[in-house]
Amino acid sequence: MTIKRLELQATQIRQDIIKMLLEAGSGHSAGPLGMADIFTALYFDVLNIDPKKPSWPDRDRLVLSCGHICPVLYATMAHRGYFPVEELITLRKFGTRLHGHPHNLELPGIENSSGPLGQGLSQAIGMALAARLDNKKWRTYVVLSDGEHDEGQTWEAIMFAGKNELHNLTAVIDRNNIQIDGFTEDVMPLEPLADKYRSFNWHVLEIDGHNFEDIIAAFRHARAVFEKPTVIIAHTIPGKGVDFMESDYHWHGKVPKSDEAKLALKELRTLRGKITSEHE
Amino acid sequence: MKFLVPLHHDNFEEIPPRDGFGQALLELGKTNPDVVALCGDLVESIRVQAFAEAYPERYFEVGVAEQNMAGIAAGLALSGKIPFISSYAVFSPGRNWDQIRVSICYSKANVKVVGAHAGISVGPDGATHQALEDVAITRVLPNMIVVVPTDTVEARKATLALAKHVGPSYIRFGREKTPVITKDDTPFQLGKALPILAGSDVTIIANGQMVYRAIMAAKELDGRVSVGVLNMHTVKPIDAKSIIEAAKDTGAIVTAEEHQIIGGLGSAVAEVLADHYPVPMERIGVLDTFGESGKPEELMEHYHLGISDIIHAVERVMRRKNAS
Repeated sequence: MTIKRLELQATQIRQDIIKMLLEAGSGHSAGPLGMADIFTALYFDVLNIDPKKPSWPDRDRLVLSCGHICPVLYATMAHRGYFPVEELITLRKFGTRLHGHPHNLELPGIENSSGPLGQGLSQAIGMALAARLDNKKWRTYVVLSDGEHDEGQTWEAIMFAGKNELHNLTAVIDRNNIQIDGFTEDVMPLEPLADKYRSFNWHVLEIDGHNFEDIIAAFRHARAVFEKPTVIIAHTIPGKGVDFMESDYHWHGKVPKSDEAKLALKELRTLRGKITSEHE
Repeated sequence: MKFLVPLHHDNFEEIPPRDGFGQALLELGKTNPDVVALCGDLVESIRVQAFAEAYPERYFEVGVAEQNMAGIAAGLALSGKIPFISSYAVFSPGRNWDQIRVSICYSKANVKVVGAHAGISVGPDGATHQALEDVAITRVLPNMIVVVPTDTVEARKATLALAKHVGPSYIRFGREKTPVITKDDTPFQLGKALPILAGSDVTIIANGQMVYRAIMAAKELDGRVSVGVLNMHTVKPIDAKSIIEAAKDTGAIVTAEEHQIIGGLGSAVAEVLADHYPVPMERIGVLDTFGESGKPEELMEHYHLGISDIIHAVERVMRRKNAS
């Protein structure tokens, strides 16, 4: 897929995220919007997957550790063909397969269950170890939030992956600098994050998480590193694409009301006024 | 006294039950290439050593990091492996309960949690290291199986059975050498209580090393009270049928476990009785308190887990039964 098409796909996914959150009435806004470009790149370029065969043994695994940003996972998977796009508006409703936090047994293609922070990197390590034991070529990718680096388990896992030189494992950190109570550097400073990973024997890349060329190049680069696990610190803008949400931590854990959603959707549809909306 | 299955009756050999676990793990290494083992800096103590030496590529040392260990095991299991994770019960499932809940049980990851050094008989290490809550916190988790084998021979059989069962499980055993009462040909089936002694007045339902103590109590009471003994090695799923039958046959129940009196075997049996067939019941367990340092046997006596405590419980329950 060309960069242009990936960008359009991500914009479509962002619109669906807004619609899902409005319909659900609860959930998280900033994280899913901020990670739409990374998820689009993963599912439409990076991952070796087949939506028609979600249990294919040789597929790449994508572990979502920060389960609360699952609207972006669901929206991306639907557009990639795992399930009908129409199902997205069932998010968080009784009887849905799209729970408030993802459940591996509920929806084909979801690799793990997450919600309580800090568990995903360990799960991904287990998968990467299994691939290595079986001499399989499939890779494991794990998406982490920056805030969940407050959890001790995350560092237990970082140590383990470094020790075991798990080069078939690539972690992506959504470095958006916010968490529920405020900015990460106020709540619990993480910097120098890249140096911390380096000192734990990881290969570190830092990218603009909204630049598709950067994103795709970083994942290719990670595949070429054979002596260490790679972490991609993706600098993202929380709420990306919606002006009044961008970089405001208050949007971490709340959803738009209907007038706000309308405004957000218009902004996304018109690419911030660069093109004319056909719908209004 | 009438023994209902092949058992040792006297001259009991004393062996720590973790030996049986280690033996089973080694056997599994040979017979099942999917079995892998993880340990949190306690490889010799929990008898994972033999497996680790025989199958180094399938053994992972995770250091003192029980949360990470549970998560890695979940990932391995979701990729087709059968991981056994071993630590002391206070750390796993104690320290990593949330990981066991979400990464393992909610995800139905085929992980076998092995908790060693459980119970007050851990002794001199004191209260921090005496797991008395582990059965309660695992029993409440959906999809979980909870097994408390009585001796090393049963620990081996239980480990082999859990490897065959697809789904999360927890097995716990104590630190000390404990009398070996079961034999290689003693039956073992997950979820099915093992009838040990026939009795008509009262049934003692016990697990772990308390089964031996229940047999000793029954011996002392022999001639005065006809005591049945049931080895309830599987706490979840609980064998409700056997409990109800025992209640109907004897009309009085005593439970005995090396665990807090809240939430463990006694609670599980009480739930069954309350739901189906209430009869007078007395429970032996640690009475909602933390332990302390001491020799195993003096702690067992001090915390009312001795043979005489079981005898007194039988006498109490008999009085209640006869009064009603």
